[in-house]
Amino acid sequence: MKNTIKFMIGLAAIGMVSCEPEFDTPVEEGFYTNGDADFSNYVAVGNSLTAGFADGALYITGQENSYPNIMAQQFALAGGGQFTQPLMADNLGGLLLNGVQVNNNRLVLSADAQGNPGPTVLEGTPTTEVTTSATGPFNNMGVPGAKSFHLNAPGYAAANPFYGRFATSANATVIDDATSLNPTFFSLWIGNNDILSYATSGGAGVDQTGNFDPSLYGNNDITDPMVFAGAYSSQVDALIAGGAKGVLINLPDVTSIPYFTTVPFAPLSPLDPNFGPQIPTLNATYAQLNGAFAFLGVSERAISFSQTAASAVVVQDEGLVNIGADLTQVLIANGFPSGLAAIYGQQYGQARQATSGDLLVLPSSGVIGQVNVERLAELVALGIPAEQAGQLSVNGVTYPMQDQFVLVPSERDAITAAAQSFNATIQGIAAANDLGFVDARSALAQVANGGGAFDGGILTSQYVSGGAFSLDGVHLTPRGYAYTANLIIDVINRKYNATIPKVAVGSYGTVTLHNNM
Amino acid sequence: MKKVLLLATLMLATAVTYAGGYRVSLQGNKALAMGHTGVAVVNSSELVFFNPAGLVYLENKLSVSMGASAVFADVAYQNQATGQTALTDSGVGTPFYAYISYKATDWLALGLGVYTPYGSGVTYEDDWAGSHLVNNIDLSAIFIQPTVSIKLSKFFSIGGGPIFATGSVNFNRNLNRTLANNEGERSEVTVDASGVNNWGWTAGWMLNPTENLRIGMNYRSKIILEAEGGDADFENIPNSPLSPFADTTFGARLPLPAELTVGLSYTFGEKWLFAFDLNRAYWSEYENLNIDFADENIPDSVNARDYENASTYRFGLQYEATKAFTLRAGYYFDESPVQDGRFAPETPRNDSNGYTAGLTMKLGSRFEIDAAFLYLHFKEIDASYDAYFENGQAVPFSGTYKSSVFVPSLGISYKL
Repeated sequence: MKNTIKFMIGLAAIGMVSCEPEFDTPVEEGFYTNGDADFSNYVAVGNSLTAGFADGALYITGQENSYPNIMAQQFALAGGGQFTQPLMADNLGGLLLNGVQVNNNRLVLSADAQGNPGPTVLEGTPTTEVTTSATGPFNNMGVPGAKSFHLNAPGYAAANPFYGRFATSANATVIDDATSLNPTFFSLWIGNNDILSYATSGGAGVDQTGNFDPSLYGNNDITDPMVFAGAYSSQVDALIAGGAKGVLINLPDVTSIPYFTTVPFAPLSPLDPNFGPQIPTLNATYAQLNGAFAFLGVSERAISFSQTAASAVVVQDEGLVNIGADLTQVLIANGFPSGLAAIYGQQYGQARQATSGDLLVLPSSGVIGQVNVERLAELVALGIPAEQAGQLSVNGVTYPMQDQFVLVPSERDAITAAAQSFNATIQGIAAANDLGFVDARSALAQVANGGGAFDGGILTSQYVSGGAFSLDGVHLTPRGYAYTANLIIDVINRKYNATIPKVAVGSYGTVTLHNNM
Repeated sequence: MKKVLLLATLMLATAVTYAGGYRVSLQGNKALAMGHTGVAVVNSSELVFFNPAGLVYLENKLSVSMGASAVFADVAYQNQATGQTALTDSGVGTPFYAYISYKATDWLALGLGVYTPYGSGVTYEDDWAGSHLVNNIDLSAIFIQPTVSIKLSKFFSIGGGPIFATGSVNFNRNLNRTLANNEGERSEVTVDASGVNNWGWTAGWMLNPTENLRIGMNYRSKIILEAEGGDADFENIPNSPLSPFADTTFGARLPLPAELTVGLSYTFGEKWLFAFDLNRAYWSEYENLNIDFADENIPDSVNARDYENASTYRFGLQYEATKAFTLRAGYYFDESPVQDGRFAPETPRNDSNGYTAGLTMKLGSRFEIDAAFLYLHFKEIDASYDAYFENGQAVPFSGTYKSSVFVPSLGISYKL
C-alpha cells in the first residue's frame, strides 16, 4: 500500500515537472544577431516624431508606439537593454505648466449627429504637470517642437515645456542630456521643424537663409542651411564621441503630408446650396474686377466660378506684384464709389484663384466658405453696410484665403530648397562618419504616391483613412511609426550586419474612435 | 475508501482538457495505459465507452470503474519574422470517467457511463500576437450513456445505448488586431454558453472467433451542440457610434464528430495480451466556427475550420506480472484533422505520437487501483491560419508551434 502511494506520487510528480515545450531554435535565445552594432544602450534623439507625438498631443499609448520604443523592443531580441521614455501621466495628452494648460488634449475621431466622422479634442482634465512629471535623462530624447539648433541650446527647457519636463537642469541641453547616457547606439532625426513650422503656418514666417543667428529667428521661420549643418554635425560628433554607432534619418517632404494634401484647391461645389445659387451674382461682380485686371495687364488673375464643376478658392498670393493702388484707380475710373474701390484694391491687389500648385492647410477646411468675422468687423468699421460687408467677407469666395491658410508656389520653392540642402547635409554627415542613413523622404514619398504595402493592406497619406497619419495631419499613427521603425531596422541590418526582426505593421493601430459624452 | 472520496472530489472539477481537435482520449485508465485501445478488450466496465457489446462477457455480476486525469498541456508559439513569442498558461485539465455494468442474466448486461470525450482549454496571454483569433477558450462536454449489452452466442454480442451530451463553452478573443478604446485597451468579446444539450447514440459488436482472439467494432454518432442565446460580452469598445459593438446574445454550432473504431485483441503465453484499435473520427463535419450575434449591427464572426476526417492507430500490450500487479504499455499515432492554412491557435494540433504506460494493482479481491501515464509528443510545426480577413483582405497568422502534453491518470475499479 505504501509503495502504491509512492508510485502515485511519483506519477503525479512527473506530470508536475511537465517541462514546457521547447523549440529547436528559440527566437528568444541568440537567434537574432546584433552584428557590428551594440544595442545595449540605445538613445533616440529628435523631435515630436521621435517622442511618439500623435493626434496633436503627447500621450502614453502614443509614446509606447514611438518608433524608437518599437525598435527598442526588437533590439531586446539581440542584446538590447532597457529603453526608458518620459511617459506622460495619462492618455489625454494635455500638458500643464504650474496648473495652466499649455498643450491641448489629443484629437480623437468623433461622429457628429449625422454620423459624419471628424476630429475632436478629447475631453478630460489632463494630469501631466511639466514641473513634476518626469526626471531625465531618458533613452527617448525626442522633444516635440524642437528644431535642429534647439538641441544645442542651453536653457531650452524654459522655452519648451516638453523638454522642461525632463531636462536635467535649467541650463541643460538636449544633446548633453542624451550623451550623458553614454549610448552604445543612437538614432538622430532632427530638422523637420526647421521647415515644418514655416509650412504649417502657410508660409507666414520668413526664410532665414543667409541669417546665421538663430536667436533672431521667429518660430515659423526656415532655418539657414549653414545653421542647420553646424547644429547637426555638432550633435553627431557628440553622439559618436563615445564610440557609439547609429543611424541618421533624413527629412520627409513636409508638403506631402495630409496637413497639406487633404483640402483640395478647388473645393467650391455648385451643388452646395450656400454657394451654388450665388454663382451668377458673384461672377457678375467679379466680371467688373476681371475687366480691371485685363486693363492692368494681369488678366491671368481673373476670377470666375463654374456652374457645372467645383471651382478653386480665391487666395492671397504674396508672390504677386501688389496692384492694389492701380486697381482702385481703374475701378474708380469705371464708376465705382471711391470707398468701395479702395477696399477692392486692398482686398484683391494680390488675389487670384488657386491652382493645383497651391496647398491649402488642414485648418482651412473649417474656414472656407465661412464669413470671416474679423474682416466683416473691419469693413463695417470702414462704413460698409453690414449686408454688403458680409458678402465681401466669405473666406475663399469673396475674401481671399490669407497667407496662413495656403502655401503658394514661391513658399513651396523655399521649403523644397531648404529640405534639399538639409538632406544633403544629413546624407553627407552619415557618409563621412560611416553611419547608417535612412531615406525617410523616399519612403514617405512612396506612402504618399501609391502607398506602402503592409501585412493587411496599403498604408497611404490619405487623411483619417490612409492609416499612416494621425488626426493632426502631421504626425504618424502607431502604424505609421511601426512602418518607420521597420524602415530604420532595414538600414541597421544592412549597415551593421545585424538580423533584427521587423514588426508586423498591421498589428499597430491608426486613429482612435471616440465621442465625448 | 478515502481514495474513492478523493476521486469523487476530482471528478467534480470541470472537465477541461488539452486542446487538439478537442477530442480527448482519456476514457479509461486500463485502456489508456495500453495506448487507449479497448474496442476488443474485455477486462473492465470501461467497455461502456469502448464497446458496450463486450460488457456481457465480463465475469462479475457488478463492475465499476472510475477515474480522472490531470492534463498538463502547454503550447509554445514563436514567429521568426517578427520575434513574437507566446506560451499558453492553461492550468490543469481534469477529465474523468465513471462506468458501472450489471450483469442481469447470462445474456444481458446493463450499464451506465459518464465521461468527457471532448474538451479544450487554452489560455494565451491577453493581447498576444494571435489575440485576434483567441485569447482563451474553455470548452467541455459531459456524456451520459445508459447501455445494453446482449450476448447472441459465446462468439458474438451486440451492445449500445443513447447518449445525452451536455456542454459549455467560454471563448474570448480581441475583435481584430488593433481596435482599442481611448485608453488603448484592446476591444474584445467573450462568448459564454452552458447547458447546451443534445442526444446521440453508440452501438457496437464483438466477435470471439477463437479463445484467444476478439474482434470488435464500435460507432459513436456525432452530436451537434447548438448554443442559442448565449451571452456575448463586449469589453473595451470605443465610445463611438462608428463602432457597432454592444453586449448581445449569440448562437453557434459546434459539432462533436462521430467516431468509428475497429480493433482486435489477442492473448498469448498465458499472461500477455496485445490490442490494436483503429479510430476514424469524422471531423469533416467541422467546416466553420460561426458566431451569429443577435444584434444585427454586429457583423457575425465567420471562422473557416475545414477539418478533414482523421485516423488514430493504437497499439497496446498487457502483462500479468504477478497476482497483484498487471503492467501495461502502449503507443498511438494520432493524425490531426487540422489542414494546412487552417491551423488556428485555439486548437493548435498537429500529428502526435502518444506513449503510454500504467499498471493495475489489486487491493484484495474486489478493488483495483488503475494508474496510467500518457506522454503526447508533438513535432514543432510551421503553420498558418489563412482564413482571417481584415477589410476583405486575408491576413494570415503564421508561426511555429510546439505542444507538449503530459497526463498522469488515476482510477479505481470494483468487482462483485
